[in-house]
Amino acid sequence: MSDILNQLQEAVIAGEPEQAHELAAQALEAGIAPLDAIDRSLNPGMQIVGDKYECGDYFIPDLMMAAEAMKAAMEKLEPELMARQEQRQILGTVVIGTVEGDIHEIGKSLVATMLGAAGFQVHDLGVDVPVDRFIEQVKATNANVLGLSALLTTTMRNQEAVIEALKEAGLREGVKVVIGGAPASPEWAATIGADAYAENANEAVDVVKQLLEV
Amino acid sequence: MQDIASRLKSGRVIIADGATGTMLHKAGLPAGIPPERWVLENPDPIRDLQRAYVEAGSDLIIACTFGANRKRLEHTGLADQLVEINQRAVQIAREAASDRTYVAADIGPTGELLLPPIGKMTYEQALEIFAEQAAVLAQAGVDVLYIETMSDLNEMKAAVAGAQQAATGIPIFATFSFDHHGRTNMGVKPEQAAEALQTLEVAAFGANCGATLEMTEEAVAKMHETAPKAALIAKPNAGKPRMVEREVVYDATPEDMAEYAKKFVAMGARVVGGCCGSTPEHIKVIAEAMAS
Repeated sequence: MSDILNQLQEAVIAGEPEQAHELAAQALEAGIAPLDAIDRSLNPGMQIVGDKYECGDYFIPDLMMAAEAMKAAMEKLEPELMARQEQRQILGTVVIGTVEGDIHEIGKSLVATMLGAAGFQVHDLGVDVPVDRFIEQVKATNANVLGLSALLTTTMRNQEAVIEALKEAGLREGVKVVIGGAPASPEWAATIGADAYAENANEAVDVVKQLLEV
Repeated sequence: MQDIASRLKSGRVIIADGATGTMLHKAGLPAGIPPERWVLENPDPIRDLQRAYVEAGSDLIIACTFGANRKRLEHTGLADQLVEINQRAVQIAREAASDRTYVAADIGPTGELLLPPIGKMTYEQALEIFAEQAAVLAQAGVDVLYIETMSDLNEMKAAVAGAQQAATGIPIFATFSFDHHGRTNMGVKPEQAAEALQTLEVAAFGANCGATLEMTEEAVAKMHETAPKAALIAKPNAGKPRMVEREVVYDATPEDMAEYAKKFVAMGARVVGGCCGSTPEHIKVIAEAMAS
């Protein structure tokens, strides 16, 4: 049994979606509970992937393939979860997007993917997102976390504009704001009154978990 | 004027220009408005900037076409003006150039991932996008096509192939941005980049933008080791940007960058300049250092 789970974890780390799908099926056939597979293979696997990115062993394509492998395994595990009327624990609800005037997508999408893999429900609003749309979606989804990406030194100001609009809408208290993007920094987060800054997708997962204490 | 290939062979260093984007923002380009829009609507600040680079000592200036490929222009609703933008940008650069200035066209990334099955774009689609832009630029009359700020080896290959197909005979410069643990964010090592670009028959290749001056130095050193005979390019940021209150600050002084430029040349660089955060003042001091 633990053999299959080890292999499944390896398939996630290696970014092999087909293998991960197949191994998830084998795990279920062997009588492993889907939640066990998630907790003992997929989650720790993604954690290792994140660590590898952090130390420079892994790069964006590796992260994306690992997330893809995790997704492939979940496709197999989810129907079984439903059948058992179990649920993967949802750690929180995240609204995320790249701020208005900025069309950089890759980093933001990676953060969304990694948060999703870590167990958050993620609403990715895409790029060039107007201030009002962030506010609308935070309200509509009852989000705990708002992620704001900006890759340009000029559009970073719009991260501040969203935070100001949150305050005006009376929503600031209920939502943690995390910012990211190449020119952003912890100092910038402090200047504009964000709750935290995350350097990369891996750190974003840690930061969000800390903020929500999950 | 000596053609650019012979100039590279002569060993005499070509001083490129400095930043375009960060300088245009200083000149009032609003956040979120792509510089390409100014090419059509407000060309004077672009021409003034390029003239300032020529006066500071740039032998080569780069037309304002970084984001003027179809994929990026689609994001800002300018795709139907692709031909006009590319032509006009080259014309503006020509107006700013002296009779001894090389005019390069800028080709930047598409912004899409070429990573099937996850990415939205295939190599073939990327090639087509780059070929379309390169064809217009070739017709507008440029001395060199400068492909820059690439992170993905496949996208770089598509850009070079597209340029070679659509703009036969125009020399190509090609640079990657190294910004994550000494590699590009897609994981391309400087050695790998040098090996690939060597076989693609580009006139010069190297590093631009990047995270820190040190990272660019390391990348250029590794490229030089891998391809000792290649003419290299080093066009780094003026350090890593940081925010002081609400202002963006790039810490590398003109003197800092000139010191690095000397190191780059010692490691085989034949084209030196600056990227984000660098100014005509940086170029002036780099040019003086090269002359001495």
